[in-house]
Amino acid sequence: MSNEQTLHTGTAHGTVHDDHGHGAHHHHETFITKYIFSQDHKMIAKQFLITGMAWAVLGGLMSVLFRVQLAYPDQNFPILETIMGHWAKGGHITAEAYYALVTIHGTVMVFFVLTAGLSGTFSNFLIPLQVGARDMASPFMNMLSYWFFFTSALIMLSSLFVESGPFSGGWTAYPPLSALGSASPGSKTGMDLWLISMALFVVSQLLGGLNYIATILNMRTKGMSMTRLPLTIWAFFFTAVLGVLSFPVLLSGFILLIFDRNFGTSFYLSDIFINGIGALPNEGGSPILYQHLFWFLGHPEVYIIILPGMGMVSEVMSTNARKPIFGYMAMIGSLFAIAILSFLVWAHHMFVSGLNPFLGSFFVLLTLLIAVPSAIKVFNWLTTLWRGNIRFTPGMLYSIGFVSMFISGGLTGIWLGNSALDIHLHDTYFIIAHFHLVMGVAGIFGMYAGIYHWYPKMFGRYMNNTLAYIHFWVTLAGAYLIFWPMHYEGLAGMPRRYYDYTNWESFKMFGELNVFISIVAIIVFAVQLLFLFNFFYSMYKGRKVTSQNPWGSTTLEWTTPINPGHGNWTGEIPEVHRWAYDYGKDGKDFIAQTTPVGAGESVNH
Amino acid sequence: MATVSDQQRKKIHPHKFSLWVGMASILMMFAGFTSAYIVKRSDGNNWLEFTLPPVFWYSTGVILLSSLTIYLAAKAFKDRNMVRYRALITVTAVLGVLFTILQWSGFQFLQDHGVKLIGSNSNPAGSFLGVITGVHMLHVLGGVVVLIVLFARAFNTQRKNYSSVPIEVASAYWHFVDAIWIYLFVFFNIVSN
Repeated sequence: MSNEQTLHTGTAHGTVHDDHGHGAHHHHETFITKYIFSQDHKMIAKQFLITGMAWAVLGGLMSVLFRVQLAYPDQNFPILETIMGHWAKGGHITAEAYYALVTIHGTVMVFFVLTAGLSGTFSNFLIPLQVGARDMASPFMNMLSYWFFFTSALIMLSSLFVESGPFSGGWTAYPPLSALGSASPGSKTGMDLWLISMALFVVSQLLGGLNYIATILNMRTKGMSMTRLPLTIWAFFFTAVLGVLSFPVLLSGFILLIFDRNFGTSFYLSDIFINGIGALPNEGGSPILYQHLFWFLGHPEVYIIILPGMGMVSEVMSTNARKPIFGYMAMIGSLFAIAILSFLVWAHHMFVSGLNPFLGSFFVLLTLLIAVPSAIKVFNWLTTLWRGNIRFTPGMLYSIGFVSMFISGGLTGIWLGNSALDIHLHDTYFIIAHFHLVMGVAGIFGMYAGIYHWYPKMFGRYMNNTLAYIHFWVTLAGAYLIFWPMHYEGLAGMPRRYYDYTNWESFKMFGELNVFISIVAIIVFAVQLLFLFNFFYSMYKGRKVTSQNPWGSTTLEWTTPINPGHGNWTGEIPEVHRWAYDYGKDGKDFIAQTTPVGAGESVNH
Repeated sequence: MATVSDQQRKKIHPHKFSLWVGMASILMMFAGFTSAYIVKRSDGNNWLEFTLPPVFWYSTGVILLSSLTIYLAAKAFKDRNMVRYRALITVTAVLGVLFTILQWSGFQFLQDHGVKLIGSNSNPAGSFLGVITGVHMLHVLGGVVVLIVLFARAFNTQRKNYSSVPIEVASAYWHFVDAIWIYLFVFFNIVSN
């Protein structure tokens, strides 16, 4: 199905400008300055996106490998030995390798794919384009941000190949497992590399976040007041604020961990006996301290993942429902409320760590409060769809899918936020199901919505819609088929992170369910490869974009040339006269932000 | 791409603004450290009590003095009194190095009085002081590096610099790390006693 059919109306909006228009700064570019050490925010966005995709493939492949172990714990697959060498001797994944796979899957998905790949890509791409700036506040720091991320990713990758294996103590890296090299094979060199990689990643996020905030607050074009910003920009703004304020705390936690690992201090260590080594001299430390520091980042981190998705979904949904977003100010207010609350709920990850139950009850209250802004957002999305003239483009489908995932996963959050229920549900498959739906899959859906919607702006071509529809429906159905059954397993008490459940009488009944989940996971993974094919094939062979504004959108990025150069606009930066959501107003399909307010126009924003 | 941002409407120089956001970020890191200190201390499990090295009073005086000199340096730059400017940033950088040396001698003092900062049998109380003060020293040394870059620029005869933004940014950062030390010093004096 072509986009014209989907759009009903054709794409006659806007005129075609010079296809090879360069920005105001026509400078000579070599291959290196254009594609590698680029300072153009659009190229840096693509670098983030493609690095993120590479990690998504690796992280996804890891989940397929450990799902094979969970489905067939007593069978051998010679191909596994081909892929993993001695980590799968005789075609059977070893316990160490299984824990390493689970750990690295979590780390790369949370940090490299859903943080760098998601907000790194779209904050970079959309902030200057949508606020009307020629580039970021500091293009050089922006470039550094990518290269810190790239180095960090390279070091993480190298940890997969060291002799003692990558870190295997869970993505949260709790001490003492992470602090003592003698605790497990993965805690040796693998953990050192993990820490270096994550420290560089924090630096990358800080450099990026600083730039995003400075650009949004200081470099908006004439007329672009804060309340005329598209919701994407508001979401990226809060995401960056969360990152800038919470990543340094993680860094201080990591610094203390590095001292415990390498310099014999006892911040997190006390009274430890290791088999074969004996009692350790460390005394007086507290592993709970690390949990506080980790989750003070860890909880804002989940909003760092989901807020960009929320922003992009709002924008894509309003554009494709041909209606103004419902409750624009409420959307900003709820983003703000979520951002504030995200700093006040970290201890709900620690209800069973020995936390004072009286203190815990405050965290229960604050956690449940998040349901209020979340519900405001959900209702506003649904009311934006209500009686809209909906165009089911792939980006729109993913936006609707995002809302579906967010509701399904969010509701179980209300269960888990209760400290009493959490005693039973913590560290079971219930929590796996919860955070994968509400954060993992929803985050990825937001990312897909963004990619499908802004692909024409990124590459001047369309992606293939038929493949996109197959990709969407299989992923949507697959995500539910994978994670829905996990709720049942979790309610039955099945713990997460176990290597083999066949030794437990109580979990034997889930053997076939695990096989089912694993098969669906493999199918869903294969469909993501189809998406990758579509992405790269369309870059060169996709149908060319022939109009400046293919979706009939109001925002500024669609006033640039089809393939904008460095500097984005050929002439003056356009002036903004209205908010970003004038769809279906006064009998007009849409009114671009650059159109001056006409005489006798109804309510103006 | 200075020309790019020149065309933008702006309220505050983007570099200065970025610095403010960066300061918020650094502040959060030290907030993380000091909260960890409070949490660890309050669980009362094996916490070593010790007195702070007296030399910390001298280092506090030195860093306060360096804030004054960098303030005068920025003033001299705006008056285009380049001789005075170069002298003052040199003094500031030297005071910065002196500060870290004094802090280091404070560590030595603790070691001599039986408070191990790192290594086996060290107590978290001493280690916290060492790590927090050490990370702060790195921030001061970072400021010294910035001053050396400014110093080299001031001697560059090829290019004349009239923009006061770099020295203003450096000066704001310097006052900031100064304030962080005052905070840490007060914190250690109040919370550890």
